[in-house]
Amino acid sequence: MNVHSTSRNFKNNAKEQLANADLQAALNKARGHFVDGRSTARDNLPEFDALRDQARDIKNHTLEHLDFYLEAYEEKVQASGGHVHWARTAADAQQIVLDICRSVDAKTVNKGKSMIGEEIEINEALEAAGIRPVETDLGEYIIQLRGERPSHIIAPAVHLTKNQVEQSFRENHTELDPDRVLEEPPTLLDEARTILRKKYFEAEVGITGANLLIAETGSSIIVTNEGNGDLSQLIPKVHIVLASLEKIVPTLEDAATILRVLARSATGQEFSSYTTLSTGPRRAGDPDGPEQYHVILLDNGRTDMLGTEFEEMLRCIRCGACMNHCPVYQSVGGHAYGWVYPGPMGSVLSPGLLGVDEAGHLPNASSFCGRCEEVCPMHIPLPKMMRHWREREFESHLSPGSARVGLGLWAFVARRPRLYQLATGLQMRLLSWMGRKRGRFSSVPLARGWTKYRELPAPQGRTFQSRWKSGERPPMRNGA
Amino acid sequence: MSGKDQILGSLRRSKGRDGPVDAETAAALRARIDGHARNIVPARTDLDAGGLVDLFETMATKVHATVARVSDMADVPGAVSDYLRGENLPSEVVMAPDPSLDAAPWSDNKLLDIRRGVPGEPDQVSITSAPHAVAETGTLAMFSGPDHPSTLNFIPETHVVVLPASRVVKSYEDVWDAVRAQAADGASGRGGLPPRTVNFVTGPSRSGDIEQTLLLGAHGPRRLHIVIVEDD
Repeated sequence: MNVHSTSRNFKNNAKEQLANADLQAALNKARGHFVDGRSTARDNLPEFDALRDQARDIKNHTLEHLDFYLEAYEEKVQASGGHVHWARTAADAQQIVLDICRSVDAKTVNKGKSMIGEEIEINEALEAAGIRPVETDLGEYIIQLRGERPSHIIAPAVHLTKNQVEQSFRENHTELDPDRVLEEPPTLLDEARTILRKKYFEAEVGITGANLLIAETGSSIIVTNEGNGDLSQLIPKVHIVLASLEKIVPTLEDAATILRVLARSATGQEFSSYTTLSTGPRRAGDPDGPEQYHVILLDNGRTDMLGTEFEEMLRCIRCGACMNHCPVYQSVGGHAYGWVYPGPMGSVLSPGLLGVDEAGHLPNASSFCGRCEEVCPMHIPLPKMMRHWREREFESHLSPGSARVGLGLWAFVARRPRLYQLATGLQMRLLSWMGRKRGRFSSVPLARGWTKYRELPAPQGRTFQSRWKSGERPPMRNGA
Repeated sequence: MSGKDQILGSLRRSKGRDGPVDAETAAALRARIDGHARNIVPARTDLDAGGLVDLFETMATKVHATVARVSDMADVPGAVSDYLRGENLPSEVVMAPDPSLDAAPWSDNKLLDIRRGVPGEPDQVSITSAPHAVAETGTLAMFSGPDHPSTLNFIPETHVVVLPASRVVKSYEDVWDAVRAQAADGASGRGGLPPRTVNFVTGPSRSGDIEQTLLLGAHGPRRLHIVIVEDD
């Protein structure tokens, strides 16, 4: 399977997105929305930080014994009449989905939002097999019409303005009156609701993702706000759950703890509108529900991250808080990252799943401000792991020649204190002399990217080290 | 080698093992599952029964559900028809075949046209009960089964829930205990299984997918109306 990623072009992607007026308008509107929501939700729950600690510990415990919990889970799914399929790769997962669809002669598949579905490119696979995938989440539906990918893991269409959505609806819903009023979000939602409503009753198969899998009961959980995931799994004959294997937790109580931090970190809600626990197919006597229940457990590189310095990434519950708080994501949007997972979590996960040669640029897209780690409900040390990837990128000689030569030169000098002091001393005096008139530079060789947006103040003549050595000390501040 | 063997093999290698966890560890992990100890439960639900019902109402209202209180089941049909009329909604409703709803004198109310069963696309209003309601976040918990088609919670645009006040519990953990009790109840004829679907419902359906504007009624119900029955 060819993975469609443009992560290696991150720099150019970012440049284009910074110049994209629609994207910048959409990002401006969204900015602060999730940040304020999370902060209010945290303030309303005194136990929030204690719950985060506990959620982290639950996942660490689970990852330590993942093989045990997965086998326990499989046993319970089978006992409830469901099926578990183990998929080593994205291609394996595609094949399993296609086989299930063909077994019921499916023409249409309804989909709840699933990032694993994006990762394994299930829509492309279904279309190639002549099966029509219908995205039912409003954001996913919009980007499916536009032939785009989600730009955020919980708000897939956050990169679009309402005018762009209107335009897409007019282009696609050609059976409707072209003169209809369609400007405001409520009319757009109503139109999508009316069109999708019919489709719920047409599909033979419903695919959803999973926020959690529970070893104790063999259940899967989805967390949504629209209700489309529930309609997608309740009405068709077959329910397929796409889940990566680290979604598992031991018990229902462990799930409750993670649910308490998930919505608060994601949208700032105390609890999402719909949290749904599904266990097996419909029971004898049940008037509705699917007749078949399949879970696909996807590895796709995750087991190789286990036991490495990237293991902690597998605690991620996909809330999106890291990208909501990331200055880089908030400037360039999700598409610049070039693959399914954007923002800080993507910068750590994508190199793990795609390889450092494809996605090694992403960990460089960080100012290391540390906000992502601060707000991560699972305490994932994202900046530290981005540094590990940078080291790997350097070690595998993937960073550009100029950067390697520059770093090599710097390392040579930095390891020789006398040479370092001599060189920096000379440099300071030179810069100070050159900048003596204006007191600042608007352009410096090798640093044009930096001075393009700001001026560099001219140094005052001596280095910090030499001033410290000569006994100079900063004045004491009041209260210091 | 099967996908399962490859994945388990890779997991174990990553953890420096060549086989499953040893017997002692397995017993400890099994005990952790069977013990299903509660983790931190927020203290906001440390209230008496009346306080819990009030908290439930406050939290449900915050997320745009509407709540009415009546003093007993005899008042429920009137409260429902008042609500439907007030919102200009049709009087044809599809109601869960749940025997606990039979305690209300539905047939005395000539304004309601009730059908019991599974909803279809044209149905505009559903009435169900909820076996539990979680005060912590104003969340209804509903179990699928012959008495309660899950599609009633999602297909009609308006969902009316009849909730005896005694069913308000503190937290999700109380619902998990009820799920386990149902699975353990051999008499339920469900072969020791929990309900197929457990729906936690917190307010009506919503979406923020267009410019982060909160809109109600994305695909599920636009309106969630809860009638709390104080004396049951």
